[in-house]
Amino acid sequence: MIPDLAFYLLAALTLLCGFLVVANPLSRNPVTSAMFLVLTIASLAGLFVLLRAFFLAAVQVLVYAGAVMVLFLFVIMLLDLGAEERRAIKRLGLLAGGVSVAALAVLVRTAIHESPRALPPAGPPLEGATGSLGELLFRQYLLPFEIVSVLLLVAMVGVILLSKKDLK
Amino acid sequence: MNWLNQLSPLAQLILLSAAKVVGAIAVVMPIVAYAVYAERRIASFIQDRVGPNRVGPFGLLQPMADGLKLFLKEDFVPAHVRKVYFWLAPAIVMIPSLVTLAVIPFGSQLGHEKMVIADLNVGILYTFGIVSLGVYGIVLAGYAANSKYPFLGGLRSSAQMISYEVAMGMSVIPVFLIIGDLNLSAVVSHQAEHGWLVCYAPVSFGIFLAAAFAETNRLPFDLPEAEQELAGGYNIEYSSMKFGLFFMGEYANMVAASAMMVTLFFGGWTLPVAGLDRPATTLALGLAQIAIFVAKLLVFMGLFIWVRWMWPRFRYDQLMDLGWKRFVPLALANIVVTALVLWWRA
Repeated sequence: MIPDLAFYLLAALTLLCGFLVVANPLSRNPVTSAMFLVLTIASLAGLFVLLRAFFLAAVQVLVYAGAVMVLFLFVIMLLDLGAEERRAIKRLGLLAGGVSVAALAVLVRTAIHESPRALPPAGPPLEGATGSLGELLFRQYLLPFEIVSVLLLVAMVGVILLSKKDLK
Repeated sequence: MNWLNQLSPLAQLILLSAAKVVGAIAVVMPIVAYAVYAERRIASFIQDRVGPNRVGPFGLLQPMADGLKLFLKEDFVPAHVRKVYFWLAPAIVMIPSLVTLAVIPFGSQLGHEKMVIADLNVGILYTFGIVSLGVYGIVLAGYAANSKYPFLGGLRSSAQMISYEVAMGMSVIPVFLIIGDLNLSAVVSHQAEHGWLVCYAPVSFGIFLAAAFAETNRLPFDLPEAEQELAGGYNIEYSSMKFGLFFMGEYANMVAASAMMVTLFFGGWTLPVAGLDRPATTLALGLAQIAIFVAKLLVFMGLFIWVRWMWPRFRYDQLMDLGWKRFVPLALANIVVTALVLWWRA
């Protein structure tokens, strides 16, 4: 009963905060949006805890809420917030956003539809899964893992290239 | 204890956890209060002054007087601040440092109850996750104040804390390579068997210690509130108990960082003499081990205070150089070397 209640509470919180990130009727302040994104991430971490995936929950908070969003906030503060608050919503942006959301919804629906209904019995309990997660990541899924890391590296190099006007 | 056993397991868990939380807070808050007093007395000793000695014997009631003063002062909110964040920021500074303590094993056991509030398997990741949230308090304080100096302080601190979090996170990886577990209770019991980890991973400890000073905004890394340049930094616009929360937050952070260092590198609640390195069988032994933990913690608090009054502040570029160009490569090399040694020995 309590886990169910917690699930609905956290799910509602995730959705509500997620909504307030993009369409807050009270404030157009980007800092407020960023803070709601932090709350969204925190409630997602709560959902992971309910699934007993403690490692994922901790990493979610550590990486996204703790590092990525702080950097976000850091950058937002250096921008001219006044201009951002006055900016009108563009029709085209709205349309593009709507199409992306629809496409994503179809994708998620298909994924759920295709996945087997009855889950196979879980092996070892997920609780102490850090070790087994590492095994999976560095043995079975080593190639995808490395590709993702290289992708991130490429993104970083790209940012440096774009932000430096005169490369020495 | 009979009525306790008649309760359902859930009720027992809630009751015992609540008792441990209350106990931990009841120990930590006086430490925070008296750390301020110790700071002022040690500072005046180092600077050849007398320090606060008027309130009570040796000035021992000074923290009460300070607390009363902060409570009774006018809680002034300047007109130009962003109200919501202005209220939120002091709380965000204070909360993470208290929440971190939840996974720290501060004793072996009393009766059959383990002396740790939440014995998480990912204890260390939890700690780092929560600690990384602490930076929001200072950043938002700088933003909420809506004026120049606090804003600069907020920006400085976010850059500083992110940089040193990287070094701090990397510095503890060798510890967990050696132990093979992320649970902090396992860290303590491993040290009870094989000796304190500071002997095995001295480089890790050095980086962690320096990063802890940076994360708690203490000298020589106290740039977010550099008095001479920023007139106090992120907390200029705050008064009364809101300022008090920032002030207490700094010391609570020191307690949390000290507790982490004691647990990770100095054997936690154990002492390698007189059977104190095994889980306690009697109540007295259990209490003695909690006392050992608190004593070790106080040594580190003393170190924090001592360093503050002995060292000058780093310049901002020196701080960034030290973090990114010295500590991060050193921590990386430390990980590789530790892994190689462990691989070679296995």
